[in-house]
Amino acid sequence: MTTSSKVQPFTGRVWKYGDNVNTDVIFPGKYTYTLKTPEEIAAHALEDLDPGFAANVQKGDIVVAGSNWGCGSSREQAVSCLVLAGVRTVVARSFSRIWYRNALNNGLLALECPAFVDLTVTGDTATISLGEALITAGDGRTTAFKPLSDDILRILDAGGLIPYIKRQMAD
Amino acid sequence: MPGQTFAQKALAKAAGRDSCAVGEILDVEPDVVLSHDNTAAIRRIWEEFGQDRVKHPDRMAITLDHAVPAPTAVHAQNHREIREFVGEQGINHFFEAGRGICHQVLSEEVVVKPGQVILGADSHTPHFGWLGAFGAGIGRSEVAALWAQGQLWLKVPATMRIHLNGTMPEGVTAKDFALRIIGDMGADGGLYRSIEFAGDTIHAMTLESRMVLPNMMAEFGAKNAVICPDEPVLTWCLERLAMRRGIEAGSSAWADLSDSLQDGCLYPDADCELESEHHYTAEDLEPYIARPHSVDDVVPLSELGNVKVDSAFIGTCTNGRLEDMSAAASVLSDRRVAPGLSLVIIPASSQVLQACIELGYAETFTRAGAMLGVPGCGPCMGNHFGIPAPGETVISSANRNFRGRMGTPSADIFLSSPAVVAASAVAGRIVDPRELG
Repeated sequence: MTTSSKVQPFTGRVWKYGDNVNTDVIFPGKYTYTLKTPEEIAAHALEDLDPGFAANVQKGDIVVAGSNWGCGSSREQAVSCLVLAGVRTVVARSFSRIWYRNALNNGLLALECPAFVDLTVTGDTATISLGEALITAGDGRTTAFKPLSDDILRILDAGGLIPYIKRQMAD
Repeated sequence: MPGQTFAQKALAKAAGRDSCAVGEILDVEPDVVLSHDNTAAIRRIWEEFGQDRVKHPDRMAITLDHAVPAPTAVHAQNHREIREFVGEQGINHFFEAGRGICHQVLSEEVVVKPGQVILGADSHTPHFGWLGAFGAGIGRSEVAALWAQGQLWLKVPATMRIHLNGTMPEGVTAKDFALRIIGDMGADGGLYRSIEFAGDTIHAMTLESRMVLPNMMAEFGAKNAVICPDEPVLTWCLERLAMRRGIEAGSSAWADLSDSLQDGCLYPDADCELESEHHYTAEDLEPYIARPHSVDDVVPLSELGNVKVDSAFIGTCTNGRLEDMSAAASVLSDRRVAPGLSLVIIPASSQVLQACIELGYAETFTRAGAMLGVPGCGPCMGNHFGIPAPGETVISSANRNFRGRMGTPSADIFLSSPAVVAASAVAGRIVDPRELG
């Protein structure tokens, strides 16, 4: 997945959740040392937050949340379960710091945009333009987010930390 | 140039710089990189780099603690793969299943020293701020990257300083102070921040109590948290390192070690830039409880009301140390766990367990009807024995009460200090130990 500013704006369906959504409800700790295949990990995404999510999420969907999304454990499956389930972007009022790093490192776009969180609901659509740093809701209202730094874009452009370092090591 | 905070100094030093600015992104070389039962999964990521050897095996520390002894063949296979990796890479700081929880064991072994940086694939890595180290949690991919390259980008956090002065009332613990902070300012109150603890009450605390504070700041959203190292911290480090290295007290090697520990300490400058300061008075604190399912849903125990409990758990990296065991033993001595209730007690390390045996606490626990577990994380994150039944209510000395945290989404988890857990196990409802007749 490429996420540089050259990328065309993309549209996805919104799944909206509240504040302080923690890693245990995103991906339960009891699975952390036993589930390994992408299918298994994706099947348990948001299991204890929204039991209907994993079965109904579609490729390109957008998760929208309140403050401190992803608080709790450092477990990276709390990001990879969403990526493997097809989620392309998470927009939140704020992110827990380890979850945010894990997102970038797995090539998942994570945008802080409190104003957008206020004007969308589950089932709405959102169109994200990285070039313009704008999110457009289904009814056409737009909100701006702070453009991502070059450091972060470089990692996202590579598809995550591992491919980014592999590229560095190859140079 | 304005003065530097602890976080600025620690990160600048680890980046080979004299100073740095808040918000700046630095390539930091941590002194220690921690992983645990997740090491086998990290190895599979690291293998993508095609390296035969990790860059700095001497900087790695690995513990088996999250599910010990292995409860299933899948967990056993995971441990086996980790042992093979440790052997192949020649990693000396490897701590076997049963030695204890990573944060406790690395503290006992002084694997990380004052002024150093430790990054760990575990969210409670801020723990090491108790001895004046910069500790932060990171993800598995980041640990793999550190094994390969030895450095990682970190943003320099802004600093919040939290003061505590006065004398703690009897029955009030560091855990209560941590819960009070999180309750007052929210689970995101310290988001992305470095927390500096200050005040005479902090430095009057035992070292075991101090460990609770940076550890619990993971639940406050903090990047790291720190208490300035003082004489007791330096003595702890000196004695343990000297013993491991076979250095005799009073020898010149002892003096050299003492000097090097002191030289490593980092203290914030008096004119450093603080984003905010918060003042607490110890006399105003009381025992607190975090209610399900959020660590910031905090109430004074005195206002909780009647909450019946089905099971109780004393342990974890937050509250599984000897003074926690001692507090539990004081409550459980000549008392019995309430009929139908299960109490699981898991010392945080083998050293804590040995002391429990020597001091008679182990006997007190078993006589009271408690179950004594193998040092490790236990049921804290639902990976090991002690999982609640659907619909049950748990009182725990752990750090998190998220829905499903202990493996059962319909269970309610209340958090408190160890003495309150022990008293609640006796009463069958959440009570203050002072209420037991």
